Amino acid sequence: MKSKAWTEKFMQGVFFVAACASVLAVVLICVFLFANGIPAMREIGFVKFITGELWRPSNEIFGIFPMIIGSLYVTAGAIIFGVPIGILTSVFMAMYCPKRIYRPLKAATELLAGIPSVVYGFFGLVVVVPIVRDFGAFLRQAGIVEKAGNGNSILTASLILGMMILPTIIGTTESAMRAVPAHYYEGSLALGATKERSIFRVIIPAAKSGVIAGIVLGIGRAIGETMAVIMIVGNQARITTSMLEGIRTLTGNIVIEMGYATGLHREALIATGVVLFVFILIINFSVALLKRRADHE
Amino acid sequence: MSNKTTLGDKLRTYLKHPGSFIVMLLVMLAALVTFAVLIFLIAYILVNGVPHLTPSLFAWEYTSENASVMPALVNTVIMTLLSLLIAVPFGIFSAIFLVEYAGRGNKFVEVIRLTTETLSGIPSIVYGLFGMLFFVNTLGWGFSLLAGAFTMAIMILPLIMRTTEEALKAVPDSYREGSFGLGAGKLRTVFRIVLPSAIPGILAGVILAIGRIVGETAALMYTSGTVAQIPSSVMGSGRTLALHMYNLSSEGLYMDKAYATAVILLVLVVGINALSSVIARKLTKA
Repeated sequence: MKSKAWTEKFMQGVFFVAACASVLAVVLICVFLFANGIPAMREIGFVKFITGELWRPSNEIFGIFPMIIGSLYVTAGAIIFGVPIGILTSVFMAMYCPKRIYRPLKAATELLAGIPSVVYGFFGLVVVVPIVRDFGAFLRQAGIVEKAGNGNSILTASLILGMMILPTIIGTTESAMRAVPAHYYEGSLALGATKERSIFRVIIPAAKSGVIAGIVLGIGRAIGETMAVIMIVGNQARITTSMLEGIRTLTGNIVIEMGYATGLHREALIATGVVLFVFILIINFSVALLKRRADHE
Repeated sequence: MSNKTTLGDKLRTYLKHPGSFIVMLLVMLAALVTFAVLIFLIAYILVNGVPHLTPSLFAWEYTSENASVMPALVNTVIMTLLSLLIAVPFGIFSAIFLVEYAGRGNKFVEVIRLTTETLSGIPSIVYGLFGMLFFVNTLGWGFSLLAGAFTMAIMILPLIMRTTEEALKAVPDSYREGSFGLGAGKLRTVFRIVLPSAIPGILAGVILAIGRIVGETAALMYTSGTVAQIPSSVMGSGRTLALHMYNLSSEGLYMDKAYATAVILLVLVVGINALSSVIARKLTKA
């Protein structure tokens, strides 16, 4: 009897230790990233590192402002393409979809989330890049833009990222809309509103927190996406205002140069990772807050 | 009296409210775009890739003349098994702790929930950086399958924890009470009664995790490295299928092979997704 009690206690300890693994992982990730990134920031100068507009590793000039702007550009582009289509698609899934085809369509949106980012990047490389290149050439001929670009551009990355965040947005928005009590919708219909008016004036406002959480989650996904982006965005560390030109993102900066970087250059790349990590932590925190609010509503 | 609105009713409403009609059209258009894009992507890759699925693609050795996918395929299998071996016990055990042992309103549970949420939001490149700093450099493992597998294990841990937790919660309390009533201890109840009934849910989560491992690139580039051979041990470097595909398309020398590799990746992922949803559906029926 005594040995049995001991086994119970022992296994409870084992379960507890296993549960600590995720906490340990987060602590380790934070410690190792910050410990390896902050010294470089200090050496370069924090303000100079963040706001410096030049990235010349061979001359020991490390400014990641172009990459921060680059990440913001492609993320904003992804939102512009992905959010309207995502939200409207989730309206379709929640309110219009005939029961018979619901299950295959739902599986299709899940599949969209499961496709690896290299495959998205490859698709962008062989399909979207040539289209954007032709589009740029056409715009130049029409005299709208000066430089046509070679297709590896902010626009290309925005289109692919917009595709990639669709499942995130569709998933969260649809479940938020389904969580709205049915009598809201029925009440609105009973007052004579059309189906569309009821959806966009009653259901979506009621599901607001969940919808916004989905968008923020999509932002997190877009800003952290690496492989698909570096395959199609050109990766030039510069600031540009043309959608048809290439830029470099924070994630791209790390992957492209980590292979051969040494010394301060390498530490500056890790510091780039730290900046990205801080962005992500802020985004995660806002998602958690929004979800909590959605639960209280 | 019938509640059914006929097509004519609908048309009349839309005629009266043209704004609503436009909104409805937009909704339909958006859904069409979403699914058309997905179908186009899959069809494009299949049409362009399937003709390149030649026997030489599956040659055992990778050479500069013949960029075979076989080593990458084998590495992917090894990587998947190793990562699961590490992550699944931890994931299941911590879910057991959260559901079966920790009391309600436990502060520690809140902490764990916060950390798993954080983990699932971290982008793969940050995992890659951490894996490089910790497993490759600090622990001195070098670029190796093992370093890659540990990195992947941390990455899939929150997924396995969450799905296992949900599966355990779905087991009715009457099962547990029955087991206790028959005199079984807590541990016996967990392993003999609760876990077996939760297995389909756990399996669905594990299969989703396999999908993530197969498709991962950024986290593996600087942890398992990019050598295109099967290493002699888990301490050697080797590229997985997704990484192989990235290298092929960035080198630009073997685009037909890249297409073929994309087909293999896509088929694997579609298959894995289908399997997971079949199991999940079984679960809801049971």
